[in-house]
Amino acid sequence: MQAPLLAIDGLRTVFRTPSGEVAAVDGVSLAVPRGRTLGIVGESGCGKSMLSLSVMRLVPRPGRIAAGSVKLEGRNLLTLSPAEMRDVRGGQVAMIFQEPMTSLNPVHAIGDQIIEAMQAHEPGARDLRDRAIEALRRVRIPAPERRLDEYPHQLSGGMRQRVMIAMALACRPKLLIADEPTTALDVTVQAQILDLLRELQAETGMSIILITHDLGVVAEMADEVAVMYAGRVVEQAPARAIFEDPQHPYTLGLLGSIPRLDEEREKLLAIEGTVPPPFALPPGCRFAPRCPFAVKACEAAMPPLHELAEGHYAACIRAPVEQAVAA
Amino acid sequence: MSNAGTSIPELSRQAGEGGAQAAAPKPVGEAPLLAVQDLAKHYPVRRGLILARQVGTVRAVDGVSFTLNRGETLALVGESGCGKSTTARLVLRLIEPSAGHIAIEGEDITRLSGAALRRLRRRAQIIFQDPYASLNPRLSVGDAIAEPMVVHGIGNAATRAARVRELLGLVGLAAYHADRYPHEFSGGQRQRIGIARALAVQPELVVCDEPVSALDVSIQAQVVNLLKELQARFGLAYLFIAHDLAVVKHMADRVAVMYLGRIVEIAEKRALFAAPRHPYTRALLAAIPHPDPGRRGKVTPLGGDVPSPMAIPPGCRFHTRCPHAAEICRQQEPPALEVAPGHLAACHFAATLPPADMAVGGGLSPRAAQRLALFAAGRRGG
Repeated sequence: MQAPLLAIDGLRTVFRTPSGEVAAVDGVSLAVPRGRTLGIVGESGCGKSMLSLSVMRLVPRPGRIAAGSVKLEGRNLLTLSPAEMRDVRGGQVAMIFQEPMTSLNPVHAIGDQIIEAMQAHEPGARDLRDRAIEALRRVRIPAPERRLDEYPHQLSGGMRQRVMIAMALACRPKLLIADEPTTALDVTVQAQILDLLRELQAETGMSIILITHDLGVVAEMADEVAVMYAGRVVEQAPARAIFEDPQHPYTLGLLGSIPRLDEEREKLLAIEGTVPPPFALPPGCRFAPRCPFAVKACEAAMPPLHELAEGHYAACIRAPVEQAVAA
Repeated sequence: MSNAGTSIPELSRQAGEGGAQAAAPKPVGEAPLLAVQDLAKHYPVRRGLILARQVGTVRAVDGVSFTLNRGETLALVGESGCGKSTTARLVLRLIEPSAGHIAIEGEDITRLSGAALRRLRRRAQIIFQDPYASLNPRLSVGDAIAEPMVVHGIGNAATRAARVRELLGLVGLAAYHADRYPHEFSGGQRQRIGIARALAVQPELVVCDEPVSALDVSIQAQVVNLLKELQARFGLAYLFIAHDLAVVKHMADRVAVMYLGRIVEIAEKRALFAAPRHPYTRALLAAIPHPDPGRRGKVTPLGGDVPSPMAIPPGCRFHTRCPHAAEICRQQEPPALEVAPGHLAACHFAATLPPADMAVGGGLSPRAAQRLALFAAGRRGG
């Protein structure tokens, strides 16, 4: 098997709080193959955004990465010098966020912002304006020569996200981290942006980490899916298997919570209770207090991920649940 | 999966005990609870500090008509800027319409003011998207829920306190929560508080403005289930504003699709989702990402952006993005065409467009369905 582009191993990101040290990311190991998309799904507070910020080494204070490694083509990003890491960011690894308006500088024309990004990584590069036009053309912005001189407020939300993608891809990254890239967009515009990301991936062969709360978006985009809950990966599998053969009770709860267009249910299968705060995590399995399949043993020890089918892992001692219930 | 009607069928459609609605005389002609006719809201756009010339008009809502019956849910859907939230606020008279009429049980309320307007407010309440922004952080939850009763002079301190406890129970919170403050609650719990507050004065109509959009999916499901239960129990009519069409399909009886200030299609839910007649409705439905990796990338997304409501295209306002646009669409605004009883579509070709293939997949896989059923069964037991 080919070595993955990115390998995250035992990553732990902690925050010092008045109630003690809490782990936003608690022992996460994941791999992103070349040219593929890893979807990371979970609800607010599950640690999915903190995981991506850890990969970029952009964890805000007072947070810090306490353990683990993040290897890009074998090179551990966590041991790079700040200068080396600056080269990686926006160079080999780029990131786009949910709200493009807050990531774009409102007082500079978008062309200047794209050019600035390119200059940062290739000092002395030439034909920058032409290359910026080309970058906008690649993200299917009409009349890029004219758009280059416009300001962020003159663009629609969808156009702004295209500009962000153009900037992110300006230096041909090997990995794009997209954190809820379409959450702020209308559904028809979301479809355009997802389409664009798929096309650009086919063109450039880049890998994508897609962070989202939307199972529909994951199904549209991801090759591999990791489901996170309370700082840990609870299930990981090829996308098809996550939807057709979901194993972890939390994944089941998520699937049951979303209304589907191809089904009519009188009542949604809501998960009872709420996500535990990171400073008051239950002992053992963190989902156990909300889990209808929980038994005593679930509270005794944190279940590790184990392989249930080829490439399909779940951190649940009760999976597959139909066997557990029958027994 | 649980059966239809969920918990309390014998109480369904019974209005809250006592109170104004029980005494309200029923008009003979069975007028709908809410009837909106040619409603419009135009905002002038001014430029200049002193003379402030009007340089344009934002036509946020531009001629909207619909009715809503007792106990029914009508969903208003559309993308940002389509005018759905403005319509909701017009219906409640939170903002003043530029034109058109709003009637509650046949009585025109468009020009009500003073005490009469306050009486209307008792019958029609609203639930907002962001429950944190709509709750006063300095008011305890009990005071926040009791406030509408104080405003409307309902009961005394003791009966109001009892009612607050009852309301907290209804929305799945505990009586002791009354003494706490909004910041002590999670988003889902705050939305429950917002719902309790809206129900405090026993309204007949509740406008739900994106009530679950800010919530995580598992919490969203809890609140959606709660809204359905309360509707069955108290016979509430919901005007349900949302952009998530899967949630709308779950909640609504009828659906109105808005685009640039107009309703482009309105129909009974099943008809709208299975056989939409307006090209915009079709594009909107096709754009929804499905939780089914097998369907990936099968749809060509609609191109372009929604035009500015300051510069609405002439003719059909959707023609700039419509794959079926013809010359007539650039010239004439299409009237709402009744393509089937109760199914209206404002498209010149509504009657002649070939049917769209709206098949969206076969639902959950058998294995996933089996495990979800076990999940539901396990939860009921525990």
